[in-house]
Amino acid sequence: MLDVKPNHLIRVQRNQRVAFTLLSLAAAFTVVILLAILFYILSQGLSVISMEFLLEEPRSMGAEGGVFPAIVGTVYLVAIIILIAAPIGVGTAIFLNEYISDGPLKKTLRFATELLAGIPSIIFGMFGFIFFVIVLGDYTGGWSILSGGLTGVIMILPIIIRASEEALRSVPNDLKEGSLALGTTRWYTIKKVVLPLAIPGITTSIILAIGRVIGETAAFLLTLGGSLLLATSIFDGGRTLALHLYLVAMETGNTDMAFGAGAVLVILILIINFAAEALFKLLVRRFSA
Amino acid sequence: MTDQKEKNMMIEVEGLNFFYGQTQALNDISLDIYKNEIFALIGPSGCGKSTFLRVLNRMNDLIPKTSVQGTVRIAGQDIYDPNVDVVELRKSVGMVFQKPNPFPISIFDNVAYGPKANGIKNKKKLMEIVEESLRQAALWDEVKDRLHENAMGLSGGQQQRLCIARVMAVKPEIILMDEPTSALDPLATFKVEELMNDLRKDYTVVIVTHNMEQAARISDKTAFFLDGSVIETNDTDELFLNPKEQQTEDYITGKFG
Ligand SMILES: Nc1ncnc2c1ncn2[C@@H]1O[C@H](COP(=O)(O)OP(=O)(O)O)[C@@H](O)[C@H]1O
Ligand SMILES: [Mg+2]
Repeated sequence: MLDVKPNHLIRVQRNQRVAFTLLSLAAAFTVVILLAILFYILSQGLSVISMEFLLEEPRSMGAEGGVFPAIVGTVYLVAIIILIAAPIGVGTAIFLNEYISDGPLKKTLRFATELLAGIPSIIFGMFGFIFFVIVLGDYTGGWSILSGGLTGVIMILPIIIRASEEALRSVPNDLKEGSLALGTTRWYTIKKVVLPLAIPGITTSIILAIGRVIGETAAFLLTLGGSLLLATSIFDGGRTLALHLYLVAMETGNTDMAFGAGAVLVILILIINFAAEALFKLLVRRFSA
Repeated sequence: MTDQKEKNMMIEVEGLNFFYGQTQALNDISLDIYKNEIFALIGPSGCGKSTFLRVLNRMNDLIPKTSVQGTVRIAGQDIYDPNVDVVELRKSVGMVFQKPNPFPISIFDNVAYGPKANGIKNKKKLMEIVEESLRQAALWDEVKDRLHENAMGLSGGQQQRLCIARVMAVKPEIILMDEPTSALDPLATFKVEELMNDLRKDYTVVIVTHNMEQAARISDKTAFFLDGSVIETNDTDELFLNPKEQQTEDYITGKFG
């Protein structure tokens, strides 16, 4: 029992150190790149940002003026997409995970979400363009926040469904059984035991989805229409900041203005993430009371 | 005498077969359990004790592809009748699990969970129920000053008694216990066993136990399970002193299991 090979032990320790060093280097690399990009965008963009830039309409295709309509468009679009996609996505995940047992229906639904998750966003854009903008144009207003929103919903549903399912699956079965054994209904158990424990994971999925919407251009290029005017209803066309950035850079070549939009975009993402986090912390407290 | 017995019959199982998919886990089981009895189920691992217990509150309904044959009557009602409301059934047939499974919320909220689900909102009423249940579960004195702390902070034995209190708060008639002390240390086990003696007054208890001394200490009747069948049922003292079947004797003398 005592013939432990010192050489072997030394090797293990050395490997351990090497692995640790490499992994921390990788982590440091990631953080440095991230900070560098953030710093670069903000340093280029912050000088452009002013009250006027934030609150004025763009002039000359966005080469001058502000980005107000794009900010409104982004917030509008995110709100409409999350309002529609979150209940449907979380509901589907609950249905898949809590109500139906393994079988063809579940397999089909799972397969469909996997498939949807792997489709490039330009395809969703094409679909949204043909279906929502053209076929349903009379109802959606053609190129509009609504058409873009519905396209976005289809695009991010798989993200929300998959991550919510993951979160629901992680709730220990013995807690669910404990609740049901007390003579509570399935829905009560879901509301009081499953959801409170799954909400952090679901929150993460929704934040991911918001990030995806904010950063997306291809799907919205074909469905929002890229109007520079301030959208006043969901039937108006519009543009998001990401789309604005792309269009300004492509159409006017004014990279300063594009960087300005980029900086606003980054700041908006930070604000939305913190807000979502706070909101769901509140929800958790409400649920578990 | 027979009439009196009929009246006190709580659980009546006749010709029960149970299947997980194609695999038969219970084989032609017939058992009568009377009101205010503590009824122990013993037998080696995998012989179907938990399966049987979970038939009684239809917990097995949650496992896909299971099927039940035969009749199970509780207080005269066939519980597998299609008209039976499973939620109502589980209110009158409570269950305590092998591993303590308190909810990760406050001690108070754990006990109030069932009553709240049943629509009781009045704070004072809830407090009464919580106190009464915790007293019955012999936990009140230990937790009365920290009712609003998270239940996960309790010791294993306290957690299990909390789970018992949680069941009592729903005021069931029957309490099913699946090896409730197997995850507990001896002192905690002692406390739970002590509590079991008081339960007899108000409840009918069906308890699965791995531990034969425990069965002998606390139960009135015992059934010995083997490979999905009941080999022998008798008054606990009789079963341990004069087992009628060779297999029972082999098991209680430790020849297998
Ligand atoms: N969910 C399940 N699916 C399939 N087989 C099961 C399941 N649960 C238990 N079994 C099988 O049923 C038999 C009885 O198990 P169980 O009732 O848990 O026995 P015990 O509680 O006496 O140890 C065992 O052979 C076990 O493998
Ligand atoms: Mg068992």
